[in-house]
Amino acid sequence: MRRQAVAAGVSALAILAAAPAIAEIRIGASLAVTGPAAFLGDPEAKTLEMLVEELNANGGINGEEVELIVYDDGADPNKARTFATRLIEEDEVVAVIGGSSTGATMAMAPLFADYEIPFISLAGAVVIVDPVQEFVFKTPHTDRMACEKIFADITARGLSKVGLISGTDGFGASMREQCLDVAEGSGVEIVADESYGATDSDMTPQLTNIAATDGIEAIVNPGFGQGPAVVTRNYAQLGLELPFYQSHGVASDAFLDLAGEAAEGLRLPATPLLIPDQLAEDDPQRQPVQDYIAAYEEKYGEKPSTFGGYAYDAFHLLVDAIERAGSTDPVDIRDALEATEGHAGVTGVYSFTPEDHMGLDLSAFRILEVADGGWKPVEE
Amino acid sequence: MSELLQFLISGITVGAIYAAIALGFTLIYNASGVVNFAQGEFVVIGGMTAAALIGAGVPVWIAAPLAVIAGMLVGVLLYRLAIRPAGQAPLVSLIIITIGASIFLRGAMQAVFDKQIHRYDGFSGDAPLRVGGATILPQSLWIIGGSVAVFAFLAWFLNRTRAGRGIRATASNRMAAALVGINTGRAMNLSFALSAAIGALAGVLATPVTFTSYDVGVLMALKGFSATMLGGVGSPLGALAGGLLIGLIEALTAGYISSDYKDASAFIVILLVLFLRPQGLFGARIMERV
Repeated sequence: MRRQAVAAGVSALAILAAAPAIAEIRIGASLAVTGPAAFLGDPEAKTLEMLVEELNANGGINGEEVELIVYDDGADPNKARTFATRLIEEDEVVAVIGGSSTGATMAMAPLFADYEIPFISLAGAVVIVDPVQEFVFKTPHTDRMACEKIFADITARGLSKVGLISGTDGFGASMREQCLDVAEGSGVEIVADESYGATDSDMTPQLTNIAATDGIEAIVNPGFGQGPAVVTRNYAQLGLELPFYQSHGVASDAFLDLAGEAAEGLRLPATPLLIPDQLAEDDPQRQPVQDYIAAYEEKYGEKPSTFGGYAYDAFHLLVDAIERAGSTDPVDIRDALEATEGHAGVTGVYSFTPEDHMGLDLSAFRILEVADGGWKPVEE
Repeated sequence: MSELLQFLISGITVGAIYAAIALGFTLIYNASGVVNFAQGEFVVIGGMTAAALIGAGVPVWIAAPLAVIAGMLVGVLLYRLAIRPAGQAPLVSLIIITIGASIFLRGAMQAVFDKQIHRYDGFSGDAPLRVGGATILPQSLWIIGGSVAVFAFLAWFLNRTRAGRGIRATASNRMAAALVGINTGRAMNLSFALSAAIGALAGVLATPVTFTSYDVGVLMALKGFSATMLGGVGSPLGALAGGLLIGLIEALTAGYISSDYKDASAFIVILLVLFLRPQGLFGARIMERV
């Protein structure tokens, strides 16, 4: 039954993508569905496809059907730019979601100012919204906020001397820089700063050095993919007992599987997606989080990821803006998007302003601790 | 002092993985003169197959041999379907064929397995052993033991057995080998099968420590190839020494200088060695007679 539904969805999409549109409102997306960033683009595309189907089944936006056009840019900035041009000129979309990666996003961004089409990026870096570009928005929080959140938790525990062990990949390197940048303002001191290659298989030398640093009180590991799981295992192998923090980059159940028992007790900043049943009844994010997880599991038979959540929020923000604008003129949609106030998504509660096109504050991150092989929110 | 010991343990563990991969390169090179760039994919096939089987509930002592056999079969297929049909094509063409095969295998693995990162528990558990203030994982001992065993097997096989000597003769001069009655086709076939099995074994042993995913083969092959070059192409002793040396250089650089220079320092040593001793540390000086 489920497989049939998926197959029907896929073929329907193929037809939609190929045939000229019958639908009234067209939304475009350029995502890294395959290639090195497929772990981002794949759940994002699945989420958007699911949401469009759901929306049309419920009567579309203000009675008009929505058509989604997804292109696979494979995280290649050149392709992304080509697809963005095609979406705007040939497919005549009213808005574009996407850019799974920062590179693809930044390659596309200038086009939207030229054509005056609103664009919601799903990529992480601060540069996308700082400085603010009139037509560019984004839904994920930044790595800078992750650092601030981690450091706030460290100082709340009465600690201040921090050792960093960062991956040298794009994610790790960017977050390391942001952490170094915000450390002083957050009341922590970086006393050790080590790195590792993203595919290295043993980080015990770096951890040994950090543990031997004078006065060290906590370890933070900005990284992505398998590196943090190796670091976590090495940390347990060395028998270290310092408070240990991972980043939002590994906030997934897959990380728990890889790191195993070694992960017990570590903390990380994450979206509420990981703790759907532990959210307070009056938490504004409880409803969207539970809806998203239920719908995604029903349709695809697997748990949604944080990245799919970024697409979920982008789509709902956009639909909300089109409904409020009461028009399908891209500039009206943009204006309505910028006026978004208190929109509860799965990633956080969004309030856009002309100066802030990301719209999240630190409360969007929850500090979670690994306990008994699961996630437990840390009381603030 | 315990720090130095920890760095050494780390270096030897990682080095033993490089060495196991390098030993796989050695065998095919010995048979055909081909540097097989799909060697990293054999490592991944070993690791992914074992992970899939263990994930499906197969006990590790059955899954591990099956994974090695799966790797071996792919090795034979690679030879039969891609290398042998190329016939007397020049070496460079054969090497390019292996690069193509590696890209194909990487794509096939995405479809056969998935794009996730996998691991399974160490063969003897994951509780670290304490050695004089430092710690070592039991799986590291498996990896080190496996590499040494493969080395010993290869050294014995290539020098002491008829089939092994046949492989070396085939590489040295295929026509002359055929003239003296060596079945060169079988020698090539055997070398691809064994080489793939060695690669898959490296993957099976290393996955609990390094994890595996469909795309790690390239980096594995790069490190293993570096170890092969450093030790001397074609020498099992060279592959073992080269692998351990690179692992140790990386760990000691990360420990005492800076983790940023870890890869650079390994490559600087390789360049220096190749500059001063182009045949590698243990390689035989090859004379091409025209």
